[in-house]
Amino acid sequence: MANGEDLVETLRRFNLFADLDRAQLEAIADPDSERSFAAGERILRRGMSGSGFYVILDGEATVKLGDEELNRLRQGDFFGEISTLLDEPLTADITADTPVRVLEIPGPRLEAFLLSYPKVMLRLLVTEARRLQEVLAWRS
Amino acid sequence: MVVVGSGPGGLQTAYALSRLGIEHAVISQDDTPGGMFRKWPIYQRLLSWTKPDAPYEPSTRAYEWYDHNSLIADEPELRATVAAEMDRTHMVPSRPEMERALAGFAERGGVQVRYGCTWESTRREDDAYVLVTSDGEYRCRAVVFALGVTDPWKSPIPGIDEVPHYAETPEAREFQGKSLLIIGKRNSGFELADGLEPWARQIFLVSPRPVQTATLAIATVRVRYFEPLEDAAWGGGTFALDAAVDRIERTSAGGFKLHAQGTTKPGPITLEADAAIAATGFRTPLRDLREHGLSTVADGRIPALTPYWESTTLPGVYFAGNTMQGAAGLRKNGVGSASGTVSGFRYNARLLARRIAQQLGRRLEWRELGRDEIVPFLLEELRCGSEIWTQKGYLARAVYPDGSTDVVPLAHFLDHCEQGSIALTVEMNAEGEIYPVAYVRDGEEIDERPMSPAPLNDFGGGEYRDALEALL
Repeated sequence: MANGEDLVETLRRFNLFADLDRAQLEAIADPDSERSFAAGERILRRGMSGSGFYVILDGEATVKLGDEELNRLRQGDFFGEISTLLDEPLTADITADTPVRVLEIPGPRLEAFLLSYPKVMLRLLVTEARRLQEVLAWRS
Repeated sequence: MVVVGSGPGGLQTAYALSRLGIEHAVISQDDTPGGMFRKWPIYQRLLSWTKPDAPYEPSTRAYEWYDHNSLIADEPELRATVAAEMDRTHMVPSRPEMERALAGFAERGGVQVRYGCTWESTRREDDAYVLVTSDGEYRCRAVVFALGVTDPWKSPIPGIDEVPHYAETPEAREFQGKSLLIIGKRNSGFELADGLEPWARQIFLVSPRPVQTATLAIATVRVRYFEPLEDAAWGGGTFALDAAVDRIERTSAGGFKLHAQGTTKPGPITLEADAAIAATGFRTPLRDLREHGLSTVADGRIPALTPYWESTTLPGVYFAGNTMQGAAGLRKNGVGSASGTVSGFRYNARLLARRIAQQLGRRLEWRELGRDEIVPFLLEELRCGSEIWTQKGYLARAVYPDGSTDVVPLAHFLDHCEQGSIALTVEMNAEGEIYPVAYVRDGEEIDERPMSPAPLNDFGGGEYRDALEALL
């Protein structure tokens, strides 16, 4: 997402929000929910409580456990949902590799958000199922 | 060093730099100090309280928690300048009271400003910035922009160019007997609705997202929302509509016609009004900084900042004042910082000045605590440390292994503190409970230790003493 590009247009391209119409996207695209991080800055910190749900608008980040790199995250990827839904501290660090911007849904608002947009919840569930499938395939 | 701006952010930064002995210039395009408070808010008072009488004397540091509008100072006579101006008809100051207090701070605090000097463009030369101004060029290693979020900004809605912005609102009497469409349901939209209800026939407030009434209920700004929302709830002629606007057209009668789609309640909405105002907010007047690579957030309206309020993409470019909200902090439990208001950014500015002094190689004075002094000191901070009370979960009181102590942005502490450091914050959860949290660096990990809330917010008892002792 280039600086100043319409947030609605950016969200419209993401798989997570593919079922929403323009009015719904505008309701989600609150510019005040945008957060920005410098390259190298930590976005989320392992062990910390009270975080939220984040969707990457622009940039790349890495999921790390100590020095071990677990996953790379790119535009349209999301994170933070597990600790928010389970109300437990974060289990990994997420660090910005480039300047990163995210859309934030604060933890206390995630449940109401998902209930307001069941199609988003379904797409989130499908992604979680795929992740679980990958882990199971890797273990077998 | 150059500071650009003479609103509260510029004055506070310049004051703090002076007290640290950092030579700097302050330039401002205005003719007098005060920034946005020279003209806004239009109809109403400020949004944050100043209590002329409080449990602590106005000349003390502990009083700052009861006065969210005065700039902070080392000298007792420069403290609580807003309280001294208030006529006590309300708990929140009026715009002229705030303007007078800022002017008094600038004068008595000896803040030297080159007024009437407009920053026009920016150039980079080696490791320096050159600010081209109406009075010539300033070359500096670092620059602090305290520009406010003051440029009128309109959301990209077809037809909105025809709609005057909040900043162009005409006299209230011009709305007498008219229907009024206000695009926007935030502070400025409701300020207008509240101010114009005695004049207008009907008022329609329209924006995609609903008003967060639960959050508003405990915010000082609720006074702006009360009457319009009550009127809307009772069907009295005011409407607060959750709708995404498709387009706005002029009518042959000279009015406005709005076409929108409901969001909270789906369905098409069409309405006509005699007049319209775009209360869609403001942006930082960044001039050419984006062409130099400055990254922004919030639809390009606010600079993206590191925890120490430096541009995430332009080293040496810092921001002060309410643009400091570009460093959002951790926002634990969805609780934001107070960096968008004087109450919060006055403390940020003091930390920013210390940060800049360190980067310029200046030796700072640190308070150093002996082992036995640490716990009593932290308990006192929990009682009246106005930085950590005002900037909940955003600024922290840190104590380092050598006993030195300072206030720091929590996000910076968590990533950069040395082994054995501890930090203390006051935080708030989603239920509105207030409680202390301690953070301890233990190897690569940060150990987060929340303490219990207390019914009277008194964190001085044995439970808290024991928890703090355990940190050491």
